[in-house]
This record gives sequence, C-alpha cells and structure tokens, in this order.
Amino acid sequence: MQVLQQKAKELLESGKVQVVIGYGEGTGDRVRPLFARTAAEVSKLVWDDRCRQNLAVYLNKPEIRKMGTPALIATPVVVHTVIQLIAENQLKIDGVLTLVVENGAVQELNDKTSLETYAESHPVVFPPFVKKEIRAIAEMSLQERFKFWQDEFSRCIKCYACRSACPLCYCERCITDNNQPQWISTASHAQGNFEWHVNRAMHLAGRCVQCGSCTIACPVGIPIGLLTIEASRIVRAEFGQQPGLKCDAVPALSSFKVEDTETFIK
Amino acid sequence: MSIQNKVVTHENLLNFLGEIVASGKELYAPQRNGLKTYFQPVNNVQTIVFDYIQTTVSPKTLVFPKVERLLSYERDGKKIQLIDSSEQKQAPDRILFGSRPCDAAGLQTVTEFFRRDNPDAFIQRRQNALTIISVSCTKSNEYCFCTSVGILPGDTTGSDILLTPIENTRYFVEAMTEKGSVLLAQYEKYFEKSEAIAKEQYLVKVTKIFSSEEISQRLTEAFDNPIWKDVSLRCIGCGACAYVCPVCSCFDIQDEGTNKKGDRLRCWDSCGFSLFTLHTSGHNPRNTQSERWRQRVMHKFSYMPEQFGMLGCVGCGRCSLSCPADMNLKEQLLEIAVKVETI
Repeated sequence: MQVLQQKAKELLESGKVQVVIGYGEGTGDRVRPLFARTAAEVSKLVWDDRCRQNLAVYLNKPEIRKMGTPALIATPVVVHTVIQLIAENQLKIDGVLTLVVENGAVQELNDKTSLETYAESHPVVFPPFVKKEIRAIAEMSLQERFKFWQDEFSRCIKCYACRSACPLCYCERCITDNNQPQWISTASHAQGNFEWHVNRAMHLAGRCVQCGSCTIACPVGIPIGLLTIEASRIVRAEFGQQPGLKCDAVPALSSFKVEDTETFIK
Repeated sequence: MSIQNKVVTHENLLNFLGEIVASGKELYAPQRNGLKTYFQPVNNVQTIVFDYIQTTVSPKTLVFPKVERLLSYERDGKKIQLIDSSEQKQAPDRILFGSRPCDAAGLQTVTEFFRRDNPDAFIQRRQNALTIISVSCTKSNEYCFCTSVGILPGDTTGSDILLTPIENTRYFVEAMTEKGSVLLAQYEKYFEKSEAIAKEQYLVKVTKIFSSEEISQRLTEAFDNPIWKDVSLRCIGCGACAYVCPVCSCFDIQDEGTNKKGDRLRCWDSCGFSLFTLHTSGHNPRNTQSERWRQRVMHKFSYMPEQFGMLGCVGCGRCSLSCPADMNLKEQLLEIAVKVETI
C-alpha cells in the first residue's frame, strides 16, 4: 500500500499525471473508487483483495477526462480492459498510465509492449464460485437453461447498473435509449428484460474481458457476467480471438473481410 | 380510531399468516433468494425470513410496480377500441408482512404523491386493497438513518398493524387502522389481549446524526455549490439507487405495439440516467452526472419538502447499500451539513 501511495505521490508531483484513479475505504468494510489529486487524497489509497470494481469505467467519464492524464491502479483484468479499449479506439496508449502492483513493487505499464506482456502473463482467472456457475449452466439442458435465465431475469429492475459498471459499455447512446425506432423495449417486463440482456451479451460478445463488474454491480444479484463469458467462449472457439490481449486486435464481430462467403456483407 | 393492543407468539404469528395464505389472499413477505432478501408471494410460511434488516428492493412495487399497462388499443379500419386498464383491473386483496417502519412510511409517501392533483386510480386501488403488517427494528446497520429523517425504529406511520418483537419469542401487536383491526378480529384466536407495552426498550437505537430541516434549509442555498462535482465523481449513472428506493416515484410512459394494436405502459425511471431530462430539441438541462446527482438529493431533501411538505427519503439506506460505486447518501448529507454552511 505504501509503495502505491509513494508512486502516486511521485506521479502527481512530477506532473506526469493529474489524477490517480484507485480505491479508498468506503462504507463498512467496502472500498470505493478514489480520485487522488492531492497528497492528502493519496494517503487514502488502499490496495487489497476487496479492490474488484473495474476502475477503467471512469477513463471516459467527461469529469475525469477534464482533470488531465490519469494513472489507473489496475488488477490484471483491468489491464486487459485498457488494452481492449485501445483496440477499440476508445483510449490512446498515452491516454492513461496503468499501474500494477507486482511482488510488492509498482510497475508502470506505459506502452503497447509492457501492457501486452503483462496481460499475456496474467490471464483472467475466475474465482471458484464463478467456475462452479459456468459448469452448472453448461450441464443444463436448453430448456433448463431457459428456465434458469427466466427466473434470474424476472428479478431484473432495469436499473442498468450492469451497463454503467461495464468499461466496455461505452456507447454515448445505448441501443436501449433509442426510441426511433425502439429496438429494445425499455419496459422491465419479461420480454423487455430478455431483450436487454441478450442484446447486451451480443454487443459484448468477444469484447467482454470477463472482469465480473456487471455481476458485482447488479443490485438484485443476477449473475449477468455468465452471459458475456459464454459469448466470449464461443467467439474464442469460432474465431480464435481473445479480447484484452492485443492493442491492435480487430474485434471479430465488428470487422469483415471482403472474401467472406456470407452474402449479406456484399 | 383507538389503537388496539395485543400480543402474539411467534408460532401463532406463523399460524395466522398460514391461514391468510390458505384463505387465498396474496401474502407478500421477506424471503431469501441467494444472499438477497425480497418481498415475494408466500406459499409456505416457513420460507418467511425474520433476520433481515432491509430487503434488497423496497415494497413500493406492491403499489407502484416496475411496469404496468395503463391502456391498450386496437384498430380495425376506422374503428379504434381503447381499453382503459384502470377500469378493467381489480386489485387483488393483498397482505404485506414484514415491512419495516421506514418501508411503511415510504409507502405512505408514494401513495400521497400519486394522490395529489389527479388521484392515480391504479395506485389508489392497490393501496386500498393492501393491508400492511410491519415489524419494528431490533437491529440496524451502518446504512440506516431513519431517525435523522423523522422516523423511529418502532414508528407506526403507514402501517395497518405493527409488530414489535418482545421477550419469549412474542410480539407486541398494535392495530393502527380499521383495516388492521378487521384483520386481527378475523383471526382473533391467535392473539391475546394486552396492556400497552413500553416497546422502546426492545427497539434498536439509531442515532440521529443530522436534522433534515437543517439539510433542507442549507440545500436552498446549495444549488451552485461546487460540492456536487466532487461528491458525484464516482457515480456511474445507473438507476440502482432510485429503483431500490421506497420513495422514488418517477416514471416514464412507453407505447409498445404497432399502428394496429398495442399497449401504453408506465415504467420506473431514474434521474440518474442521462436520458431522463433530455429534451426533444437535443438540449439536456442536466447534462452531467453531478447535476443529476444534485437533482436526486435536492428533490428528496429540498423540492419535496417545499412542494409537498414531506421528505423524499425515509432513511432505509437501500440506495447506498445497492450502489455499485458506494455513493453513501447518509455520509453525503452529513458532508453537506458541514460544508455548505461556509458558502
């Protein structure tokens, strides 16, 4: 923790960055996002197992952008997120200084190579309970799976915390906020909830870095992340592509080749 | 009407609730789903949980559901048929069990909000058919601040019946309304007559940390205060706070269907969304998240008291509990109480 605070202090004092996005103590035993701009704020930075919210979600927030260049305290999956945002032209490589803590020391990942090397050696590891959930769903019949999601989505209140917590849900105007035409029903009835979650999963297919922030954010405890994890598995199997590893990757579902055989492209 | 006091054992309380279920009335009570607790329809009273502090989503859904049909239309050539759902639907008799005093106060605020100007037939009918049996709080957590917004852990406001857990797994029962008394009379074999009991000794002590009048007063001067930008930085702009809130009543009207057939729906809406105030012209008077967060706090603690003479908050703490970014309303109100003073 001290090395992190020290590093943050140096970066701010040198003028290399204007804000350090990290975690501070929150309510009870929670941590919360902290935007450190002064020495006093830096001293509040914490770093432990509770730091799970994907802070890359703040990189594109106008208020944060106005502050100047940010340093971002990153877990491995956040490094994947930064790479994916760069690949999708949402972030410039010099638009953020990514900080990781390795063996008690703080490393700066400030270029393509350092980001990619780090991501390659730090693959996303699911916690045991997520592995268990993935296995349980894989073993279900199609009918059982449908029933499972029906039950889960029945609790959805359409607060869009899943969307807001996701660093890769960066559309300025989400498909569900369009009403001419109304692609997706905004109502939180069974059909509207299904349309929303299926669309979200499709929009993140092969782009989701599997950080789990959507699931953590969901106030009614729907394991939403399982949908995009599965979509990513399919994209990996079909296109051999894994998001969050290459800064110049072209996402499988947002690209095409002229020699593709599908007629709808031509 | 005068208050009726009784005592009931835990066993008889379950018998009483069991008979309600058996009679075919809808009983909603806190039940566990994973790590969360919800007010859900009860089939078996053994599934009711008693050890929760606040349920995940408030019981406002029982009078103000997340989505409901207001009317339907059908067109056949030049013939247009309109079906007014408010006349068609009969609200079912429902019993809500296990709401907290803050929840009951919230339901009263929601009902009052929808009664003003043009009384809303949908909400009124559901409210009229709803009997509220609340349970006083013997526990609280760091999110609770009811006493700072004028509600007590044993408050009877908004409840038809209030149960307060006392010694020997019994409850002190207060019937506050005619609805409550009628229900007790119907199942009187389960209840014993009692003198008034000083229930305060059994209730949790929730420290009053600010005065809502003082907050309201300071907010009238706080519109242009830079504090909003600072305190809302981590807000990610979802609607979780508004949707779990027992008081938030904003809604959006959506038409679904074709030019032949369709429905007009009322759906929950939240001031946290960027679309909430977007004008047709493209102008958005609340273009930034800080303005939207300010609206949320101002509406609850300044505009509502000014317009309606009631607060838009009952201090249940659900908004803070469910916030993915740990925006803590109680803490922010305290901060406002301290910082806004110096402008």
